[in-house]
Amino acid sequence: MPLSPEEIRSLQAKARQLRCDMVDVTVWAGGAHIGGALSMTDVLTALYYHYLNVKPAEPGWPERDRFVLSKGHGGVGLAAVLADKGYYSKDLLKEFNHFKSPFGMHLDGNKVPGVDASTGSLGHGLSMSVGMALGARFQKQSWRTYCLLGDGECNEGSVWEAAMAAHHYKIDTLTAFTDRNHMMIDGRTEDIMSLEPLAEKWRAFGWEVREIDGHDYAQIGAAIEGAQATKGAPTMIICNTVKGKGVGFMEDQVKWHYGSIDSELAAKAKASITGGAS
Amino acid sequence: MTEVTGTTWNVYDANTLTQAEIYGRVLCDLAEADARIVALTADLARSTKIGVFQDKFPQRVFNVGIAEQNLFGIAAGMAKSGLLPFVSTMSAFASMRALEQVRTDICYQNLDVKIIATHGGVSFGQAGTTHHCTEDIAIQRSLANMCVIVPADGWETANAVRAAVLRPGPVYIRLGRGFEPTHFENDDYGFEIGKAVTINEGTDITVIACGVAVYHAAEAAKLLRDQDGISVRVLDVHTIKPIDEEAIMAAVIDTRRILVVEEHNVIGGLGSAVADVIAASGKGCAFAKSGLPDCYSEVGYPEDLYSHYCIDGDGIVGQVRELLHREFEADEDWQDEH
Repeated sequence: MPLSPEEIRSLQAKARQLRCDMVDVTVWAGGAHIGGALSMTDVLTALYYHYLNVKPAEPGWPERDRFVLSKGHGGVGLAAVLADKGYYSKDLLKEFNHFKSPFGMHLDGNKVPGVDASTGSLGHGLSMSVGMALGARFQKQSWRTYCLLGDGECNEGSVWEAAMAAHHYKIDTLTAFTDRNHMMIDGRTEDIMSLEPLAEKWRAFGWEVREIDGHDYAQIGAAIEGAQATKGAPTMIICNTVKGKGVGFMEDQVKWHYGSIDSELAAKAKASITGGAS
Repeated sequence: MTEVTGTTWNVYDANTLTQAEIYGRVLCDLAEADARIVALTADLARSTKIGVFQDKFPQRVFNVGIAEQNLFGIAAGMAKSGLLPFVSTMSAFASMRALEQVRTDICYQNLDVKIIATHGGVSFGQAGTTHHCTEDIAIQRSLANMCVIVPADGWETANAVRAAVLRPGPVYIRLGRGFEPTHFENDDYGFEIGKAVTINEGTDITVIACGVAVYHAAEAAKLLRDQDGISVRVLDVHTIKPIDEEAIMAAVIDTRRILVVEEHNVIGGLGSAVADVIAASGKGCAFAKSGLPDCYSEVGYPEDLYSHYCIDGDGIVGQVRELLHREFEADEDWQDEH
């Protein structure tokens, strides 16, 4: 059922709060991959606050939907979402990146409740997601697997090994997203190693492909619901996004791939977020 | 601990079946009893001999094509979902092509994935260096959580595969290509992960070996006994990690001369693992490692290569004779150790 205007307003408000949380964690962490966390926030919000069937009080619930953050450097974003969902206290995030903290910039699934796969090295998440989805099918379970990739990550050859396999096995319980913010560490994706035509590549690999505005909840919702209804093929939702989305001075700036912010800059960032920018 | 050998198990003749063929059959037995078991490979179902498993459980085999990174990533995801994946491919690809997936997806997450690495060492001799693997023991034993087993022959392969199911976490089992001679006469000799098997008692020197070198070490011991009157202890250290420190130190104390033989680069393998134990003990002994002297392997039939690298009986005999005459600094209170 499409998201109602009221649901969309609620998700947008939640996303504003989560973006502010991510700014807080970035301050506590002494630096984080804030740009790519902010660009994927709306997809994460739609998943965790509407579509994912999970029980935060029971992170290992066998029948939960799985979510794999293949762009593992977005850990600062996922950590904030999982805290808000109640997997653990947000206070724990004050130790993010600190000595012996369970939270590092790439989240460890054996230490952080709710993290379904330890990621960080790019090009690993989609293969693990294919394995999870095959595991569900083999055990005749109906849970779904969601995987979020970075666009620069799609330079990795292993992504395409997994893409081939997902099509071969016709895994329609697998839905992947590409956070298409058009940037990687060293610059714009099309300048460093061009990805376009990206949608055609995924189609050629046999995937059902949807291209959306990754900050528009009506489009995100429709794409996820379309993926859930698709039979016989995995779905790739290419989410066109803005790196640093919501924080005016960070938006579409390569330098905010990874950055540290002090409390003054954090206040400015939060003002930008709550000013209605997203 | 459940016994890995005994009357409840089917027996496969290691004299007529290769290590990998035995793996395939043992996996069938295990899969009968354990619905979690699935087999994965990357276009090497024939070479890694999981055909019998495929015939019996076609829906439990996943052949992902020539994509080893994806192979191990998928196995990790399956283990995460509650399955028990056995992944077979050549050791060169399991240890090098897909190393990061093995390390990060499987070992870092401490997942129940069992890796059957075939064509280890120079066992695929004629195929050349790309298809040899003389680095994998060093690589795999440096991965935290990984258990590394190099069975001596088909009998020990059966035991290792059964034992791997009972051990939580990742296990790497390195096999040859399949035409190696067998040492054991059956599988009922008391196999346990992390416990060396004493092949031959001896008091003058100890030869520590794994894989095909165990057979050759046993042959060498007989020859040295008959020709030289030398008493050679032979230890089959099939588990490189966790290693049997007790058996190694007993050998040091009892024989004071240690030769390690393996089908591997002399850097980083069983020899280095044994050296770590001895060095940490503070005990002095005469010590030598036999294997590939930090070089890329030549092409040829495996038996010619074993001879070339002194992994065969004659090579071991020569090295034992040399090591028996080597000087070393003995501890003054050495006798107190007994």
